[in-house]
Amino acid sequence: MKVGVVTFPGSLDDVDAQRAVRIGGHEAVALWHGDHDLQGVDAVVLPGGFSYGDYLRCGAISRFAPVMTEVIEAAGKGMPVLGICNGFQILCESHLLPGALIRNDHRTFVCRDQRLRIENATTPWTSSYTEGQEVTIVLKNGEGGFVADADTLDRLEGEGQVVARYLGDNPNGSLRDIAGVTNERGNVVGLMPHPEHAVEDLTGAGTDGLGFFTSLAVGAFA
Amino acid sequence: MPKVVVDVMPKPEILDPQGKAVLGALPRLGFSGVTDVRQGKRFELEVAGEVTEEVLAQVRDMAEKLLSNPVIEDFSVHVEPTGVSGS
Repeated sequence: MKVGVVTFPGSLDDVDAQRAVRIGGHEAVALWHGDHDLQGVDAVVLPGGFSYGDYLRCGAISRFAPVMTEVIEAAGKGMPVLGICNGFQILCESHLLPGALIRNDHRTFVCRDQRLRIENATTPWTSSYTEGQEVTIVLKNGEGGFVADADTLDRLEGEGQVVARYLGDNPNGSLRDIAGVTNERGNVVGLMPHPEHAVEDLTGAGTDGLGFFTSLAVGAFA
Repeated sequence: MPKVVVDVMPKPEILDPQGKAVLGALPRLGFSGVTDVRQGKRFELEVAGEVTEEVLAQVRDMAEKLLSNPVIEDFSVHVEPTGVSGS
């Protein structure tokens, strides 16, 4: 599959995400924030970083980047979209995902290997995992606290839209330990930890993140 | 030039870590009696011409779409009286 990775001004992890896409068995296509063009890709990754310097709110400016018009339209038609960290923030600001991400409750940047439980293994990004599987994926964020009103949280849990949950100490104050969510349709996933940094034994904490990039193929041939 | 001000505040039920940090700093500086601090944002918009209802409606639209995130923030709009001291 052709998987596009969008580069915004201030994206940091776009090259790692492209590499993870290739290791996952797909063709990585670099997409530019300023183009109204998805270059015929089958799926899109919005990578981590500090797009537009996190000015105003994280993701608030990127959400209006030209390429997002096409991303939002394609997501509405069912194209798989994965937002990692800053990408998750952009998806929330775009209203493609419910809730919002606020500053960590302990007010410090967190950078560590994080245990997670995969709660929904039916999305195009998580089908390589099994429900309830525990994985370790690196986490690094300053504004990763997932918040939403109680009704929204209840709905997310009731409809199986919580994709991953933090295990052990909650790293950022996310309500109900939520590390990742999906939309009602299940094609758009936002995740605060960084699976693209956990795809090779040489670096990072193992290869538990690779499943996010191999799932697309599993889904296609299922 | 008329100035329209948009104040954006975190919703009461949303945790405000920045406000908490300020609250924690006050007693260390010898200030007492403050029981809570909430930190928000203030936007000053200079507009061309008169501030009509239409202009205010447009500013409210801006506040909803860009200046605030309605999931976590509330906003209010007011017109700054002209002739006040300052820049």
